[in-house]
Amino acid sequence: MVVFLQTIVAGVLIGGIYSLIGIGMSLIMGVMGIINLAHGQLMMVAMYITFVLSHYMSIDPYLSLLVTMPALFLLGCFLQKFLLNPLMKKESVLPENQVLMTVGIAMVLAEIARFIFSSDYKTVKTSYSSSAFFLGNISFNVPMCIAFVFSIAFTLVLFWFLLRTDMGRSIRATAQDKDAATLMGVNSSRITIITFGLGSSLTAAAGSLLIPIFYLFPDIGGPFTLKAFVITILGGLGSTVGAIFGGLVLGIAESLGATYIGMGYKEMVGFVIFLLVLVFLPGGLKRLTKV
Amino acid sequence: MRKRSIAFIILGVIFLLFPLVIHSGYYQHLVIIALMWVVIGSSWNLLAGYTGLVSFGHAIFFGTGAYTAGVFVTKLGISAWWGMMFGGIVSMVIGLAVGWICLRLRGPYFALATLAGGEIFRLIAINWEGLTEGMVGILIIQTFRSKIPYYYIALALAFLCVYVIYSLMKTKWGYYFLSIREDQDAAESLGINTTLYRNVSLLISAFFTGMAGAFYMNYMAFIDPEVVYSLHYISIMAILVGIVGGVATIFGPAVGAFVMVGVQEIFRSAFFGVAPKWISQAHALVFGLLVIFVIVFLANGIVGDWSKIKRTVFRIRESA
Repeated sequence: MVVFLQTIVAGVLIGGIYSLIGIGMSLIMGVMGIINLAHGQLMMVAMYITFVLSHYMSIDPYLSLLVTMPALFLLGCFLQKFLLNPLMKKESVLPENQVLMTVGIAMVLAEIARFIFSSDYKTVKTSYSSSAFFLGNISFNVPMCIAFVFSIAFTLVLFWFLLRTDMGRSIRATAQDKDAATLMGVNSSRITIITFGLGSSLTAAAGSLLIPIFYLFPDIGGPFTLKAFVITILGGLGSTVGAIFGGLVLGIAESLGATYIGMGYKEMVGFVIFLLVLVFLPGGLKRLTKV
Repeated sequence: MRKRSIAFIILGVIFLLFPLVIHSGYYQHLVIIALMWVVIGSSWNLLAGYTGLVSFGHAIFFGTGAYTAGVFVTKLGISAWWGMMFGGIVSMVIGLAVGWICLRLRGPYFALATLAGGEIFRLIAINWEGLTEGMVGILIIQTFRSKIPYYYIALALAFLCVYVIYSLMKTKWGYYFLSIREDQDAAESLGINTTLYRNVSLLISAFFTGMAGAFYMNYMAFIDPEVVYSLHYISIMAILVGIVGGVATIFGPAVGAFVMVGVQEIFRSAFFGVAPKWISQAHALVFGLLVIFVIVFLANGIVGDWSKIKRTVFRIRESA
């Protein structure tokens, strides 16, 4: 029983961070209708920024959120403005060009990181990296808990932004119906740029929060990109609320898989869920609420 | 038309005589690999370019073909060449399963489902050590020491693949594929069984890719899951070969295969040792930049945009 509860706790904690990554991707998916396969690599960039700040200037990883989030916001805006948006006007046989472009961006980012930092594993050591506290028999890893709290805070801020501000309303309008939004005077190409920036800065936050827990190397982005799109499909494409639950479900499922099936199959659990969702519940968790 | 058939005959003679004239094993190897990519690129093109189902997971079929050949040696103790025959068939069986799951999805969803499928197969191959030897990989002994037999096998395979697709696209089936790409609902309402023909396209594509995989096992004599189920170096490369050459053209993927293998090798070897060493470390970076460059400037590929390229080059010559 203790093992089971411990597994669930670990799953929920990591799931919170997965949600943060998934929400970013869902936003982009909702507004532009494409899956951003460079999502994990953007997170990797944020992690390296955090690494540099903490290694050379000994800035606390949580403090570096103030740097990584704006930096990745700008990077995201730049990518969208100069690489992804121009493709919309191009005529070609296949509509998947934008998705492929994000793959190209992902490769370039990972290789630049490898070029600068080499393939070595890096860690950021903090005084609290391996500390934990206990509730009953169950241990809570401190950096995980901090990351979880931060994730919830960011999610709440995001929802306030989407629901209460003008810009947030424009984003939601574009996601619902791009043409109608344009006719109502929303500058939809500007909205896509801001959305991509926003999604990138959310994943940057996840990166900075994860760095006390994970090793850092240039290829760390790939698995997280795949996780993010599993979450996005699981939650229902473009649904931010769905992404929160998708993240939690993935976190718990991975954690259960690692405990009861085997560490090697941990990553596969996510993909199996993904395929099951595609076959039995196309439309994701969103489908369960609004039929 | 006459000029065209003469060109084909000349091209055919060049390919037939190539290994007899060029004795360097290095160049023979490059052309063999390029011919293998002709097969993979063309079969990807059949599915993506003609039927409109962009697959991000051709490594599923490539890896399955390669592992079929490998497991024949390690587990059954028979020659890996049997894998050439059965690799394609096993890939088709896998293709049926993939089709059952993925073909109910459209557009980007299909792309993502195949991408996830490729990752699942990679993880299975890593973890199912009883069958695949896991990360250790499978090592066999090459049948021939010379590269010439492999060259002709690859050439025959590439010719067969391109020819089958060429003739297929002239039949009714080819038009069914095109109509599905253009508008699936309209095709359905005209009485085309779109589910059946999308499956047919997927199976043919899987068959040839599986054969290429089995050939890779025979030729390279070593495989491991990270190589044959690689997302970047198989699935994405297959897409690139198709896109660089020209989507939905018969000879596009063939041109694309030679261009991609050439470019990759030039950078990997740092311009054949002329340029400074760091360029060869950056070859994966160049690969990524190439993806971006091709999508932005050559959306329809070299063959698809040939008239545009010719015009640009011509204008430059005129002004010079």
